[in-house]
Amino acid sequence: MSVVTNTTTIGAIDAPSRRNTELVLLAFAVAIPVFAYLNVGLALDGEVPSGMLGYGLGLGLMASVAHIVVRKFARYADPLLLPLATLLNGLGLVLIWRLDQSPRLNARADFAPQATNQLMYSALGIALFVGVLMILKDHRVLQRFTYISMAAALVLLLLPLVPGLGADVFGAKIWIRVGGFSIQPGEFAKIVIAVFFSGYLMVKRDALALASRRFMGLYLPRGRDLGPILTIWAMSLLILVFENDLGTSLLFFGMFVVMLYVATERTSWIVMGLLMSAGGAVVVAQFASHVQSRVAAWLDPFGCLETAPEGSNMINACDQMTQVLMSFGAGGTLGTGLGQGNSDLISFAANSDFIFATVGEELGLTGVMAFLLLYGLIIERGIRTALAARDPFGKLFAVGLSGAFALQVFVVAGGVMGLIPLTGMTMPFLAAGGSSVIANWALIGILIRISDTARRPAPAPAPSPDAEMTQVVRP
Amino acid sequence: MNKPLRRIALFCGILVLALLIRDNWLQYVRADELNTHKLNRRVQIERYAYERGNIIVDGKPITGSVETKGSDFKYKRTYTNGPMWAPVTGFASQAFDANQIEKLEDGILTGNDDRLFFDSTMAMFTGEKKKGGDVVTTLDGKAQEAAFKGLGDKKGAVAAIDPQTGRILALASTPSYDPSVFAGNSLEDSENRQKLLTDKDKPMVNRALRETYPPGSTFKVVTAAAALENGVVEDIDAPTDTPEPYIIPLSRTPMKNSHGNCEKASLNAAMEVSCNSVFANLGDKVSRDKMVETAQKFGFNNAEIDTPVRASASVYNKTMDRGGNALSSIGQFDTAATPLQMAMVTAAIANDGKLMKPYMIDQLRAPDLDVIQTFEPEEMSRPVSQENAQLLQQMMENVVDQGTGTKAQIKGVTVGGKTGTAQHGVGNSKRPYAWFISYAKTDNGSPVAVAVVVEDSSGIARDDISGGGLAAPIARDVMKAVLDGKE
Repeated sequence: MSVVTNTTTIGAIDAPSRRNTELVLLAFAVAIPVFAYLNVGLALDGEVPSGMLGYGLGLGLMASVAHIVVRKFARYADPLLLPLATLLNGLGLVLIWRLDQSPRLNARADFAPQATNQLMYSALGIALFVGVLMILKDHRVLQRFTYISMAAALVLLLLPLVPGLGADVFGAKIWIRVGGFSIQPGEFAKIVIAVFFSGYLMVKRDALALASRRFMGLYLPRGRDLGPILTIWAMSLLILVFENDLGTSLLFFGMFVVMLYVATERTSWIVMGLLMSAGGAVVVAQFASHVQSRVAAWLDPFGCLETAPEGSNMINACDQMTQVLMSFGAGGTLGTGLGQGNSDLISFAANSDFIFATVGEELGLTGVMAFLLLYGLIIERGIRTALAARDPFGKLFAVGLSGAFALQVFVVAGGVMGLIPLTGMTMPFLAAGGSSVIANWALIGILIRISDTARRPAPAPAPSPDAEMTQVVRP
Repeated sequence: MNKPLRRIALFCGILVLALLIRDNWLQYVRADELNTHKLNRRVQIERYAYERGNIIVDGKPITGSVETKGSDFKYKRTYTNGPMWAPVTGFASQAFDANQIEKLEDGILTGNDDRLFFDSTMAMFTGEKKKGGDVVTTLDGKAQEAAFKGLGDKKGAVAAIDPQTGRILALASTPSYDPSVFAGNSLEDSENRQKLLTDKDKPMVNRALRETYPPGSTFKVVTAAAALENGVVEDIDAPTDTPEPYIIPLSRTPMKNSHGNCEKASLNAAMEVSCNSVFANLGDKVSRDKMVETAQKFGFNNAEIDTPVRASASVYNKTMDRGGNALSSIGQFDTAATPLQMAMVTAAIANDGKLMKPYMIDQLRAPDLDVIQTFEPEEMSRPVSQENAQLLQQMMENVVDQGTGTKAQIKGVTVGGKTGTAQHGVGNSKRPYAWFISYAKTDNGSPVAVAVVVEDSSGIARDDISGGGLAAPIARDVMKAVLDGKE
């Protein structure tokens, strides 16, 4: 669906806003999770779950508020983004609630039901979404904050390393604890750093693209232009080494390379990026034991379960991987049905990092493919927004956010399905975790804002008195 | 900037495509392999998620299921009269897998067998709870009880067969164990099992099927059969040329007889008082290869006697020398037999020479009682001709009438039998095994053949240990239980 704009000088034809399309899709996006909720209740207890009405109304209300705000403040926004996010969020809530009912998980000391919290965080996320649309009237305003964003992103990323504030949860130092809440600053840093990259690259793109020497078919940038990419690379490695966070590190570096490529249109950046991440990975793998265990668990989970030393970090990683794989296997083509699988055997982090395994087991191949396509749609709508955006900042910003989203989905789903080594990251909207859902709603809010600007028809030219004159037929 | 943007879009598409392909590989191609992986707890969870079907004897279940709490497994196996039936059922434990019928017919019992697909699919639509099918056995509750009670606290085993069909009627082994004490997966279950495994009396060994003993003198009926079949003896009442003392071939050792009057004794007389010398001599004359041939027709050296629980192979050595063959012919040296094997020997003779394949599962039934499979009697071999079988019967009946087996007599019923007291241990140091094999006969042929072995008759003076004294009364009770049931 391309933007219908009239390019003649006579005037603009009002492009369809597609708000009603969005409304109909939203109705589906609310109805499907409500049915899923009913399904879980029937499968687990044989009766209609008592919270169904409340849940349905809650989700419906949040969707309605979001829709009304979009109607009012972003009339021309992409009609698919909001329903897709609502659907994923709603289904995520159902999956988390389903795992809350598991006696096996409830028997664990480190498990607490998450559905209510997640609902609250989703509401906060929608609130932030609304806030973004209401306050951020034009995304180009963010250009002004290029370097502040950089500082903010660095602070956010390094916060977990601050003693007393950072919390080391199960080996990864990616949380901070404020009051009773734990926050993953990395999720928010994802958006903030995209602002910095867009602003920076928009200004420097010509220098990076043109002032370079050709060497063996590659354009090598000048030393002084190489500074930023080296900095980002080093920072990614630092995150990896000190915060034990493979996912975030990969995400930031990947996002930077994507944006650099889009800004400069030079393939050599991609090649360099790949070489640098490969180099970094090899170096880090030499001494980071958790990376080694994850690679071992990825290469041969069942085998390493037997060879890994008893009680080691590696045996846990391998055991977890085998449980996840068997969960997917148990799902088969059609899945066991919601509430009827045993994905809770994964135990630790079943409802956060590994929630996709529950999808695999209970909804099967069909369900997983549907979910992947939903994510794929969000990503492609985001890139489409970048294509349609008229300003380079908007283009870079949109592609940065979509690229980060795509990488996150790939890294998490690929890790859980054993396509790549596992990294501890959350499936956007699906996994339990406040920071993730809030940050991703903000991300969708920004994409909607950019798409609104991109699809808004050009203002009608001011009526020209001269033109009018020529139309007058004098007798 | 649109050209690289389009490429990024393509790249993201490839990422999603890679995930889709990986997912198909995982959930379609590898699903079966992952689902049946030995580490996959779902297999166990599924096995105990529904009420397990039952093992049926005389129309009544000897197993059951109770709901349990506090673990992944919903139902736990229970056993009625567990120790008595353990050699038949085996065990099914949440934590320790299963064995014997519980394991072999697991598909039917759990309801996961392909043949039950229709039933479980229907149950899915009608909303009924899924349940396993039943295994109907051929066993006779009364006979089993008589066998188990008869063994009492002695160590030993009983196997009883219907000679005409091969249906197993009793299968007892003592000391036994109760499979329900470790059917769950609690710590207590695990301790109970450990206790059973380390018990020096080995209660978990199925002595009727899986333990081989030297058959002692009961093997003489096989030697007699071989002698008759190969024409070494034509008239059972004619004197043989056995000298007294009989020197074991290739040695200077004289063979001992516990009884006098064995010199030149006829086959019939030798059977009556169980002369070692006569049978060793006959075995030697028949020759090793012919002895092997006859023993194998009775089922020896066959590692695949599946009832369907597989019995250990009974042994008649194929490569020993003449002396060994002579000793083996009286059931010593290398000869070893399971109680089931000796019951098969008896059954073949009682059935006029036709050996039926022993089996203990009669039917497999779906949860709705539809019969899925019925097992039919099957002929296994013909170890002896009809005339020779009848001659053997005549001799065995003589043993019970006036020989060593008088304690097996049942009033008004023709009973044939043979005692055995098998030496074992180095230099005959251990307590001997008391054997007794027998069959009962009515106008319609023989309904039951029994083999009894009493392994370690603790508390009984050594000289009093004899097949006739210890084992014969047990055999009589089992035969009587079967005969009473027929009336």
